[in-house]
Amino acid sequence: MKAEEAQAVVSISGEFERESVPASHQKGWKSFLGMYAGEHTAGTEFVIGPLFVAAGASAFDLVFGLLIGNLLAVLSWAFLTAPIAVKTRLTLYYQLEKIGGKNFTLAYNLVNALMFCFLAGAMISVSATAVGIPFNMAMPSLTDVYPTSVTWVVVVFAVGLLTTVVAMYGYNIVSKFANVAAPWMILVFIAAAVAVLPDLGVTSLGNFWEVAETRIWKGTALPGQTQFTLWHVIFFSWFTNMAMHIGMADMSILRFAKKWQMGFSSAAGVFVGHYIAWLAAGVLYALFLYEAANSLEFSPGIIAFRAAGLAGAICVIIAGWTTANPTIYRAGLAVQAVMPKVSVRKVTFMVGMVTTLAACFPALVMRLLDFVALYGLILMPVGAVIFLDVQVFPKIGLTSNYAEKRRLRFNWAVAVAWILTMALCLALNRIWGVEIFFLGLPGWFLAALIYISLSWAVQRSAQKHTVAI
Amino acid sequence: MRYLLIILSIIGLGLTVFPSFLVFVGVIEFELNIVLMTIGTVLWFVTAPFWINKEKTGKTA
Repeated sequence: MKAEEAQAVVSISGEFERESVPASHQKGWKSFLGMYAGEHTAGTEFVIGPLFVAAGASAFDLVFGLLIGNLLAVLSWAFLTAPIAVKTRLTLYYQLEKIGGKNFTLAYNLVNALMFCFLAGAMISVSATAVGIPFNMAMPSLTDVYPTSVTWVVVVFAVGLLTTVVAMYGYNIVSKFANVAAPWMILVFIAAAVAVLPDLGVTSLGNFWEVAETRIWKGTALPGQTQFTLWHVIFFSWFTNMAMHIGMADMSILRFAKKWQMGFSSAAGVFVGHYIAWLAAGVLYALFLYEAANSLEFSPGIIAFRAAGLAGAICVIIAGWTTANPTIYRAGLAVQAVMPKVSVRKVTFMVGMVTTLAACFPALVMRLLDFVALYGLILMPVGAVIFLDVQVFPKIGLTSNYAEKRRLRFNWAVAVAWILTMALCLALNRIWGVEIFFLGLPGWFLAALIYISLSWAVQRSAQKHTVAI
Repeated sequence: MRYLLIILSIIGLGLTVFPSFLVFVGVIEFELNIVLMTIGTVLWFVTAPFWINKEKTGKTA
């Protein structure tokens, strides 16, 4: 597969990768509601929900924080991503190539691929906790960083190898299988949580809140965990999919929307996967903690098996697998865009092995909240650049799609805006102690300010140079 | 045939989720719920693949 093709497939839809989506192929509400509803219930939910419990979020903070944060996420999709997607009707990658140049887009792809590898690695670990149950495998604990046993490494490698081989040869089958699994998966989350409520002491809806406050989301973090407040919950849930909305990755999907208002259909995804599923997974973990006397062991497989039996363990395996599989595939394509002479299967194998190696380290799962925040943060500046370039530049007399118009392969204004934003966010974190969960908001404004200033300087300098010639 | 498959799939989903509410209100035991969930899961996965991807155009992300 050639680099351009590979890069195109990364943008997922498989159609109109380097042209605007024509009116005949635009889709309505039903398509987007269905797609988003199935999209946001994945293996990560089995980890994030419990980690909120471990981080000591209180019941009030979680229930209301998730409501506000998810609402902000939907508004971001609706008012930032969708209008640009509908206006340009291009993939993120092609739009970025027009703004930042081909070489910049390749660099962005590489970073994206690295993030994909870590995410897929976490999901392989999650699946491994369920696969390891019949082997009496010692499960890792919340504070573990390095591989905990030989069995753990063997199981992770078996799951990773299988996932990689399927990503190499049978991606489409997994994609279809994921469609089948999606509605069942969310029902397993709900059923498992409802069935164990009596074991936690919930005898009627009337005493649910009391139990929720005293036995589920108790408001005190487990040892070694960051203490979550209402603000943590709001910002985390808002920025969980930051790469998709503020980072503009979902341009690739929403460019098929008949109108920008269809960005609101993301609500079907986040309020199912990032609300119901997180709360349900939290309930399951609370039961585990209750029965295991606050043990620090953390195993989504064991937790789901206790609550839903075989169906629960299968759900964890499928959720992890169907998330890891396309993620490895996309990471392979992203890397292949940089190494066009190596076949996509070979690259996918290499990426899969790197991912599997990463999966051996339990820290990837135990620090998933931090990783998800970091993932969004790293890809966010590119979203700010696209927003300014498409929506603001035409109104203030700056040239949009500068790399395309000047035939640049690398637009330094975009690159510096990206790197400098990261450096400033790091400084905010290290010097002023701003936690990673909150960096996205100031980071977006920093990226916007830097990009607009640099673009003004670069374009003005180029104009002067042209006049002088 | 297609409608029969869809009906069986819906029954499968029903068996996956509804018994848990019966556990919550104390009508059935937890162990029975686990068995019914497993049956529901099997029913869903042996019937849904034959119709669900015919309707959907594929997951987009």
